Amino acid sequence: MRGLWARFRARRVAVVGLVVVVLLAVAALGAPLFAPADPLAQPDPVALQNQPPSPEHPLGTDRFSRDVMSRLLYGARVSLGIGAAAALLAAVIGAGVGVAAGLGSPLVDQLLMRGVDVALALPRVFLLLLVLALWEGAPAGVVIVLLAVTGWFQTSRVVRALVRRLREAEFVQAARALGTGRWGLVRRHLLPHLAPTVIVAATLDVGNIILLESGLSYLGLGIRPPAPSWGNMILDGKDQLLGTPWVAAAPGLALLVTVVAFNLLGDGLQDALDPRRER
Amino acid sequence: MSDSRDAPSPGETPGAGGAAPGAPLLEIADLRVTFATGDGVARAVDGVDLAVQAGETVGLVGESGCGKSVTALAMLRLVEHPGHIAHGSRVRFEGRDLLALADRDIRAVRGNHLALIFQEPATALNPVLTVGSQIAEVIRTHQHGSRTEAKRHAVEMLRTVGIPDAEQRADSYAHQLSGGMRQRVLIAIALACRPHLVIADEPTTALDVTIQAEILELLDGLQRQMGMAVLLITHNLGLVAERTRRVYVMYAGQIVEEAGTEALFAAPLHPYTQGLMAAVPRLDQLRERLAAIPGQVPPATAWPGGCRFHPRCPFAWDRCRSEMPPLLDAGEGRKARCWLVEDEAHRGTDAPAHRGTDAPAHRNQHGEGGGAQ
Repeated sequence: MRGLWARFRARRVAVVGLVVVVLLAVAALGAPLFAPADPLAQPDPVALQNQPPSPEHPLGTDRFSRDVMSRLLYGARVSLGIGAAAALLAAVIGAGVGVAAGLGSPLVDQLLMRGVDVALALPRVFLLLLVLALWEGAPAGVVIVLLAVTGWFQTSRVVRALVRRLREAEFVQAARALGTGRWGLVRRHLLPHLAPTVIVAATLDVGNIILLESGLSYLGLGIRPPAPSWGNMILDGKDQLLGTPWVAAAPGLALLVTVVAFNLLGDGLQDALDPRRER
Repeated sequence: MSDSRDAPSPGETPGAGGAAPGAPLLEIADLRVTFATGDGVARAVDGVDLAVQAGETVGLVGESGCGKSVTALAMLRLVEHPGHIAHGSRVRFEGRDLLALADRDIRAVRGNHLALIFQEPATALNPVLTVGSQIAEVIRTHQHGSRTEAKRHAVEMLRTVGIPDAEQRADSYAHQLSGGMRQRVLIAIALACRPHLVIADEPTTALDVTIQAEILELLDGLQRQMGMAVLLITHNLGLVAERTRRVYVMYAGQIVEEAGTEALFAAPLHPYTQGLMAAVPRLDQLRERLAAIPGQVPPATAWPGGCRFHPRCPFAWDRCRSEMPPLLDAGEGRKARCWLVEDEAHRGTDAPAHRGTDAPAHRNQHGEGGGAQ
C-alpha cells in the first residue's frame, strides 16, 4: 500500500487531480454550508436578475435572480453523485459479466460476449435519449441506472480478457488443485488482480458520465429544472452568453475542471496500480 | 493440529483407509485425455495404466509433450476445455473413482488426500497474497477451524519445510523469496493437509542443482515422516534413479515401459528407454557429439500407426509398422510395449538386417522408374 502511494505521489498531475476531486467532493457534500443562498430561491426576478459577480453573489445571478454560486455547488452534488454512482454500478456490472464470461463455459462466454458486441454497436446517446424522451421526468435514480446499464460493455470485455489469462495462470491452476471452489477462486485469486483495472476504468468513466449527464440535462432530458445540474445551468445561460457570460461559464468551467481532474486521477491510478510495476 | 496424525506408526499406512486391503493407493486404468485442436483431435494421454502403492515413490518419466503432466492433471480432473477425459477412463484412489465423483467430493480430495506440487515456484504462488495466507487457505478449505488456528498451522508448516523465521516469512509475498524458498512454500502448501499421495510434477526443474538436492532431501524426509506416497513426474533420469523404487516410462501418450528402478537402469527393454539412457551425457565417456534419439516426437494429433516409436526405432520391422504392441509382460514385474519382448530373436540381429534390405529395395524401385524413361 505504501509503495502504491509513493508511485502515485511521484506523478504531480495525478496528485493535482486527486486534490481537485477531493475539493469537489467536499464542496458537493458541504453545499448547504458553503452556498450563499438557496439555489432555488428567486428573491427578485426583476431587480436582481442577471447580476454580475459581486461580494454578495460571488458568481452573479441568473435571469431568474437565482444565485449562480449556490446553484453550482448544489449542481455538483447532482453531477458528481450521478457520475460516481453510475460509474460504480457500471463497474460492478461489467466486472460481474466479465468474470462470468471468462470463467463460464464456451457457450456462456459466446452468448455474453456476442451480446456485448451487439450492445457496443448501438449508439449510447441514442439509447439514452430514446428512453428519457419517452419517460418524461424520470427521477435521478433512473438516470443513474440508465447511464450504468449502457456503460459497462468495455469494462466487461477487458475483465473477461484478464480472467481468461488469469485462469491459465499457474497459481489459479494450483489453487484449483488444492480444492479451492469456484467462489474462492473468484474472491481470493481473481478479484485482487482485477481490482486495479476495474478501479481505473471506473475512475475514468466518472468523467465521461458527468459529461454525458450534463449533455442530457442540457437537452432538457436529464435533471429537470428547477433542480440545478451543471447541464441545465448551461442551458439556462446559453441564450445570454454574450450579455451575462457568468451564468453559463461557471458550470462550463466546473465541468471542464471536473472531467480533467477525474482523467488525471484515473491515469495516475493506472500508473500506480500497474501490476507490472509492482515489485 | 491434531497430534494423532503427527507420528506415523509404521504398521498403518495412511492410504489404506477406504480401499480394499492390498489394493494400490492409486490405480489408473485406461486413462485417455483428448484435446480438440484446430489440427484435429490430439490424443495427449492414450490408455495409461499406472498404480502407486501406499508409501512408495514411483517415477513417471518422459520427454516434454509425452503427456505426463496431462496425466497428473487428469487424475485430479483438472483438465480444462478443450481437453476431455474419455469415458471408460478410471482413476481409483483410496477405493473411489475420482472421475465419477461429484464436484464437491473431488474438491474435498484435491489438496487434502491427493496433492500436487507444481513445477514453477515462480508462478504457482499468487503474487498478491502472502505465502502464509496461501498455506492457510488450503487448511481452511479442508479442515474446520478458525483463521488464527489456520495461520498458526501455516507457520508450523513453514517451519516444517525448513524456512527460517517462519513467523515473519509467513507475511512475505512470493517475490520476496528466493526460488528455493518458494519451492519450499509450495511443498508446505501441498503437505499442509498431510495428503496420502503427492504428485510432484518436475518439482526441481526450475531450481539450480544445489537447491534441487536440498529440496529433494526435504521431500524425502517429509515423505518418511508422514508416510505418504510420491509420484515423481520428471524428464530427469538421474532423479528417477536416485529417488524412486519403480518407474513408468511414457512416450507419445502411452506407458512404454514399467519396471523396478534398478532393473530398468540395469537393462532397459524398450528401445525408447534405451535411447533415453544413451542420451544422458556422461562424464566418463568422451564423445564428439551427444547421443540423441533420431527424429522428433510426432504431434499428438497424428501418432504414427503401429508402434508409436517405430519411425525413430533402430530395431523396427514390419510388424512394428502395422501393429501396435500391447504392454507385454517381460517377467519379474516388468512390462514393455515392444514386440521385441515377445520376439527376443529380432533384437540386434534380425531387425537391422530388415532395415538393410528394405532401403536398397526402395532405391531400386526408383532406379528402375528412371531407367524406363
